[in-house]
Amino acid sequence: MAQDAFELAEQFQTLVFVMSDLDLGMNNWMADPFKYPEKPIKRGKVLGKEDLDRLGGFARYKDVDGDGIPYRTLPGTDHPGAAWFARGSGHNEKGQYSERPDDYERNMERINRKFETSRSFVPRPEIVANGKSKVGIIAYGTSHWAIVESRDQLRKECNIETDYLRLRAYPFTREVHDFVKQHDRVYVVEQNRDAQMLSLLKLDVEASLITRLRSIAHIHGLPMDARSVTDELMTMEGK
Amino acid sequence: MATTPTSTPPPKTNRIGLAVMDYRGGKTTLCAGCGHNAISERIIDAMYEMGVKPERVAKLSGIGCSSKSPAYFMGRSHSFNAVHGRMPSVATGAVLANRSLMALGVSGDGDTASIGMGQFVHLMRRNLPIIYIIEDNGVYGLTKGQFSATADLGSKLKTGVINDLPPVDTCAMAITLGATFVGRSFSGDKRQLHAMLKAAIAHRGTVMLDVVSPCVTFNDHEGSTKSYKYMKDHDEPLQEVSFVPVFEDITVEYDPGSTVEVTMHDGSRLRLRKLEEDYDPTDRIKAITRLNEAHEKGEVLTGVFYVNPKAPSFVDLLNITEQPLATLPESVVRPGREVLEQVMEELR
Repeated sequence: MAQDAFELAEQFQTLVFVMSDLDLGMNNWMADPFKYPEKPIKRGKVLGKEDLDRLGGFARYKDVDGDGIPYRTLPGTDHPGAAWFARGSGHNEKGQYSERPDDYERNMERINRKFETSRSFVPRPEIVANGKSKVGIIAYGTSHWAIVESRDQLRKECNIETDYLRLRAYPFTREVHDFVKQHDRVYVVEQNRDAQMLSLLKLDVEASLITRLRSIAHIHGLPMDARSVTDELMTMEGK
Repeated sequence: MATTPTSTPPPKTNRIGLAVMDYRGGKTTLCAGCGHNAISERIIDAMYEMGVKPERVAKLSGIGCSSKSPAYFMGRSHSFNAVHGRMPSVATGAVLANRSLMALGVSGDGDTASIGMGQFVHLMRRNLPIIYIIEDNGVYGLTKGQFSATADLGSKLKTGVINDLPPVDTCAMAITLGATFVGRSFSGDKRQLHAMLKAAIAHRGTVMLDVVSPCVTFNDHEGSTKSYKYMKDHDEPLQEVSFVPVFEDITVEYDPGSTVEVTMHDGSRLRLRKLEEDYDPTDRIKAITRLNEAHEKGEVLTGVFYVNPKAPSFVDLLNITEQPLATLPESVVRPGREVLEQVMEELR
């Protein structure tokens, strides 16, 4: 995951936050041994001296191929046209200071294109589905094992078959949208008071699907247990 | 009538064949008369005269009027506006990723002595190779002139508000913490600042220069202790600073009784003609004591307070490879399969 995070950061020239939680961060967990990385490290769109000699220069924030990701150079590149200014204020495609509304808008639109491009590159969710369930569960992080157990309880105790999507990244990929579309009711299980992931999903899915989303928020500070998920979901299902 | 073609003489160039224009940046948007513009000019002159290749310089800054100024010099150098007060982290990362870069950090008194204090102290104690300049005007110019943490006790704002808190002396702090080239100058003292910047370029380790740089809009009035007039009246230079770069083969006799000569890392010579007889810029304890005395006396002490060209820098301490990490091939930076297997085995 760390390698994926670094590669995404390089490819998309942005920060990547690796989410953890208290349970994962402070308790000992078993894991399978890590596999040796075979593929070359992805550094994204980087221009070197030879590229600049050939191109004659570059514009740091120009979207030349429509994916919202411009080319960059690394500090120390031995070419008079290599430098760029990562500035805190408004700028044009060349990275020069600008207060022009069209420059600002063009940059905002480019960043939006980059965000949309990233949906196809971030880790896809893991989905367990039988194609028939009307009820879906979305969860992430250390909630996972509680959900696995809770789904068994729901099946045995009240005959509720559920599909499960374990989220692995934001922005949400196409599979997350499809999962919401394919279920009548989707319970978003998360360990925070304000149902933050549910709020992000509401911003992302089609407006007609928002009413399908429900919240099971777990906020008592202890690792999540299956029973509390099962009981709350059963109540909301009217069982 | 035949006209004689007039040829323009080629621009004067430095030892690497660049003209001073090659060290310029964009047109300043700071106020006319701002001390920061004078500092930018001195940086341009020093880099030009020292023959530093602009592509080898990384300009780093935080937030504030001072931190805008890297846009106004050395347009051929990479530059990064970090988050407010967080430039030291970015600088540390950049230098460790590419040790061949010359890091030039420009910060302000607000950016350094308030929001960035936590980062500043750790930068100083690491002796990272960087030239860290505080463009110090005692106020927050971008937010309309509130006192910063370097404002002197009793200094008065335009509104009549008196500062009743003691100032943070960034130079005394830097020496205490481990910076190896520490001085204070004044943006209006062209000669002193120019010599100190050239010596800074030759130093290997943390250079911390606090440059009093009057804010003409919010802090240049009667009652301010960071105004042009106050500095002209109260500036107490410790030495006359001069610098002989390694590439200038000049032998000038000097009197060891009246002048301290410090040989820098690259063989350049920093000459400090003593204006105070018993001041020794290689003595940390005395430097701190003298700075504290200056506060008691109401002097604005300038000059090179402390220099130690022999201390190991952070890059030396980490013992990292000579080739910049950023340019190492993947075959070198990725440990072999057996290394990962061994780590995994140890965790079983």
